[in-house]
Amino acid sequence: MSRPEIDVRGLHKSFGDNEVLRGIDLEIGQGEVVCVIGPSGSGKSTLLRCVNLLEEPTKGQVFVGGTELTDPDVDIDAARRRIGMVFQQFNLFPHLTVTENLTLPQRRVLRRDKARAAKVAAENLERVGLAEKANAYPSSLSGGQQQRVAIARALAMGPQVMLFDEPTSALDPELVGDVLAVMRMLARDGMTMMVVTHEMTFAREVADRVVFMDGGVIVEDGTPAQVIGDPTHARTRHFLSRLLDPAGADVEEETSDQVGKTG
Amino acid sequence: MTDTDVRPQPTKKGLTRRQKRSISRGAQYVVFVAAVIAFAVSADWGRLQNQFAQADIAERMFPDVITLALKNTVLYTVSGFAVGLALGMVIALMRLSSVGPYRWLAGIYIEIFRGLPALLIFIFIGVAVPLAFPGTEIIGGTYGKVALALGLVAAAYMAETIRAGIQAVPKGQMEAARSLGFSPARAMISIIIPQAFRVILPPLTNELVLLFKDSSLVLFLGVTLEERELSKYGRDLASQTANSTPILVAGLCYLLVTIPLGFVVRRMEAKAQEAVK
Repeated sequence: MSRPEIDVRGLHKSFGDNEVLRGIDLEIGQGEVVCVIGPSGSGKSTLLRCVNLLEEPTKGQVFVGGTELTDPDVDIDAARRRIGMVFQQFNLFPHLTVTENLTLPQRRVLRRDKARAAKVAAENLERVGLAEKANAYPSSLSGGQQQRVAIARALAMGPQVMLFDEPTSALDPELVGDVLAVMRMLARDGMTMMVVTHEMTFAREVADRVVFMDGGVIVEDGTPAQVIGDPTHARTRHFLSRLLDPAGADVEEETSDQVGKTG
Repeated sequence: MTDTDVRPQPTKKGLTRRQKRSISRGAQYVVFVAAVIAFAVSADWGRLQNQFAQADIAERMFPDVITLALKNTVLYTVSGFAVGLALGMVIALMRLSSVGPYRWLAGIYIEIFRGLPALLIFIFIGVAVPLAFPGTEIIGGTYGKVALALGLVAAAYMAETIRAGIQAVPKGQMEAARSLGFSPARAMISIIIPQAFRVILPPLTNELVLLFKDSSLVLFLGVTLEERELSKYGRDLASQTANSTPILVAGLCYLLVTIPLGFVVRRMEAKAQEAVK
């Protein structure tokens, strides 16, 4: 097998005394779509943020496209250009129009000329189905539209890898579908994707692999059929039953191994 | 049912809340009207007019009060503001720096220059700097000195305003910029500071109003006739004519600028409120 696009080795991350990640090993191959699921506080978002070093790992190594991001001498800005990231809160730049959100990073970071940046921006807005919103400001868009612009903004940089941090969690339920459709299209086009999500339907249908995390470790890792359809661990079963039938849960004691930070 | 709670009694003896409120409001009006009447009766309007509102003296002040005095006031203010903004930006960024000594230095600067009266800074610039560095001329003569003195004072206030503005930009903005490959400095310049400025424009404009008034302190630097601003000009003319009308006219000239500026600030604040919604 060729070298993995994302390679995480022995990753630990602590916030003060709070150990959020306790030894993560994860490989994601080229073109693979991996969904990371798990209860809040399981460390799944922190893991994702460690992959592009928005969080500095306490211990361990992260390789993306063969470059070690945890190397202290790495050009992190250059490395991040290969990695697109989509946030739960969209994080569009509110003082810029939709098109400017896409062109400014291209021009400032990739040093593309005006015409080229505008062309790439238009193409990517077309891809996410928002060409007609090119001159709108983010505040005038719905959450689903904003998130699609955020995806287009990341794509305009020509990334090899896309990271999604609960991309639909801040959306009204009826707007989730549009965003998932864009992500499905990306997966079909062969993008390497790592998606932290609670959307089990998306995970089951689109993911090549599903990773279940709890308490800062990977509990289960396999195909969607294995992890979601036929989980071997009690913790996975418990989590899935709660997710699929929230109203059916009983009141229970807080478990001590839950890690404090949410997300 | 054993309801022992003390419930508010809807119908109580004495005055109702509404009655109390209207009596209180009535009393406030009475005090106000009484104060205005007392002031109007006790002031000697004839002498006041004689001293402060001589039409012929006021007339003689034009056009110099505008073309010279007001012009210089504006010039001092704008140059001081420019220096203050540039310096304030540097100090704000130092204050947010990850390098400890920068943070401390910025903190010390802010504490000192916010804590001293602007007047002392003017005297310091006028006296101490020429003593400490003999032979060095501050570029621009009096104009340079004023820009420096006003700028030093303004920078301390503006630095805190700018810092607050930068910190008001959500953390996700920096994260989004970094994840797109922006370096920290570039993200700050292209993404964070433009957003911070939208927040701090009203307080910065307020600072401009304060500077506009503080520019009167230039008279402690010793200025030539051509360099006089509104306050100095008004005072000089008042002593020449032995009449205070020039002071009144100079005062009105200040208001001519500060009131519209205040109006602009309130408009911007209202707009900013709107944008947040």
